[in-house]
Amino acid sequence: MKVLVAVKRVVDYNVKVRVKADNSGVDLANVKMSMNPFCEIAVEEAVRLKEKGVASEIVVVTIGPATAQEQLRTALALGADRAILVESADELNSLAVAKLLKAVVDKEQPQLVIMGKQAIDSDNNQTGQMLGALTGFGQGTFASKVEVAGDKVNVTREIDGGLQTVALSLPAIVTTDLRLNEPRYASLPNIMKAKKKPLETVTPSDLGVSTASTVKTLKVEAPATRSAGIKVKSVAELVEKLKNEAKVI
Amino acid sequence: MTILVIAEHTNAALAPATLNTVAAAAKIGGDIHVLVAGSACGAAADAAGKIAGVAKVLVADNAAFAHQLPENVAPLVAELGKGYSHILAAATSNGKNILPRVAAALDVDQISEIIAVESADTFKRPIYAGNAIATVQSSAAVKVITVRATGFDPVAAEGGSAAVEAVGGAADAGKSAFVGEELAKSDRPELTAAKIVVSGGRGMQNGDNFKHLYALADKLGAAVGASRAAVDAGFVPNDMQVGQTGKIVAPQLYIAVGISGAIQHLAGMKDSKVIVAINKDEEAPIFQVADYGLVADLFEAVPELEKLV
Repeated sequence: MKVLVAVKRVVDYNVKVRVKADNSGVDLANVKMSMNPFCEIAVEEAVRLKEKGVASEIVVVTIGPATAQEQLRTALALGADRAILVESADELNSLAVAKLLKAVVDKEQPQLVIMGKQAIDSDNNQTGQMLGALTGFGQGTFASKVEVAGDKVNVTREIDGGLQTVALSLPAIVTTDLRLNEPRYASLPNIMKAKKKPLETVTPSDLGVSTASTVKTLKVEAPATRSAGIKVKSVAELVEKLKNEAKVI
Repeated sequence: MTILVIAEHTNAALAPATLNTVAAAAKIGGDIHVLVAGSACGAAADAAGKIAGVAKVLVADNAAFAHQLPENVAPLVAELGKGYSHILAAATSNGKNILPRVAAALDVDQISEIIAVESADTFKRPIYAGNAIATVQSSAAVKVITVRATGFDPVAAEGGSAAVEAVGGAADAGKSAFVGEELAKSDRPELTAAKIVVSGGRGMQNGDNFKHLYALADKLGAAVGASRAAVDAGFVPNDMQVGQTGKIVAPQLYIAVGISGAIQHLAGMKDSKVIVAINKDEEAPIFQVADYGLVADLFEAVPELEKLV
């Protein structure tokens, strides 16, 4: 079974982002970029499926600038077999990304598509579901457990009230939540080997996809800051403040 | 302009987040219709009809919609939603699961988790885990939007008398089936709707120690939450997680116990009216957002707090 994993290059999890002075966006000059954490979980899940003998080939795809090759090489070092970069310097919305992924799905014909539930930059949480609509595949979003059984995949999902399990006919789409697995680190020999694995570059126009968007960002601002309050010395003082000053209990 | 709000419900009852979503629709302006898609969901539909400001309730009652499977519900919403100016749903796990599938079916972008309505086509939403707020404008024919409940005060659950109309449409797409669910059972208020939330972090040390928080919560009528660290460590289940990728809460009082205050946690609770932090590390970042900080051993402070409130 072929597995397609979609990943995104984003600002590193540990970077504290700052809004640009002209409110046009956040300042990404000279900040560390990494693979989106949810995408790392997606790669790990695919590699585990291959180790179990369920997956036969792992194709990793990203849509982004030329520098996103770094994240593809990371995925190759973690165990993906080959990579596709859909090169676009523009910041694309989820629908455009889903359309590009649909074109890749049509070409590659994977049985399972695994991707992160959301990217930690745009926080959209849309692309997997949109790819579901465009391909007609079933979707198992926010997955904490994935089990392939015959022509079906059982996905346990983290939902507001607890956990839900659904059975999806293959091909299907899985989006990962935090507790699906704990991603491994790439070993040095695997990082070296990854440099030799195939990486193909295509453009949105090669795939015949328009990336036009109906949403534009007018401005980006820093959130209202919350200033630190006071330190109380005792539980008794805390209760007194909550009762008489804040009046919340 | 007519807005379609997708009800969040359990078939038997309407979920509170629906009222916040209707509030966002009211800010946009225009007639508000509510779709209740479910199975044997008459009670939820009746409740939707009573919401203040709702003009019409559409009910799609079909076994295929019982568990809100997106493969079945999204085509229905897309079909019904075509003629509307906006389609809104709460940014719950269910709304987030279904609405992007609707947007793609309609070939429009979706706007996620709005926290403010600037005008009928312009909205504010957090990005980068709440470290920046983007103002976005949509030129889509149908604006498909999820609404962060904490950004909008709920409308009244009573006072309306909307007509309820049955609708048909898409049914079982045959792609997916519900297998089962494990839902947390609790007599405490729901985390996202509670007026007081008591949350524990890694400092709780183990799941058993959460009993101190449950005791305090029961005295206060509060819900109990947790940081990602506590959930990842297996102390408590995932449905208790407060944070960027868990639940977003904004209660009157948030008591953070043994939580260091990672940015991802702050993103889920910093809109709370009053924040109390109890932590033995006086350098913990949680104190930078707390109105009242208490540097103390939680195993002494929490039982004492329980006695005094």
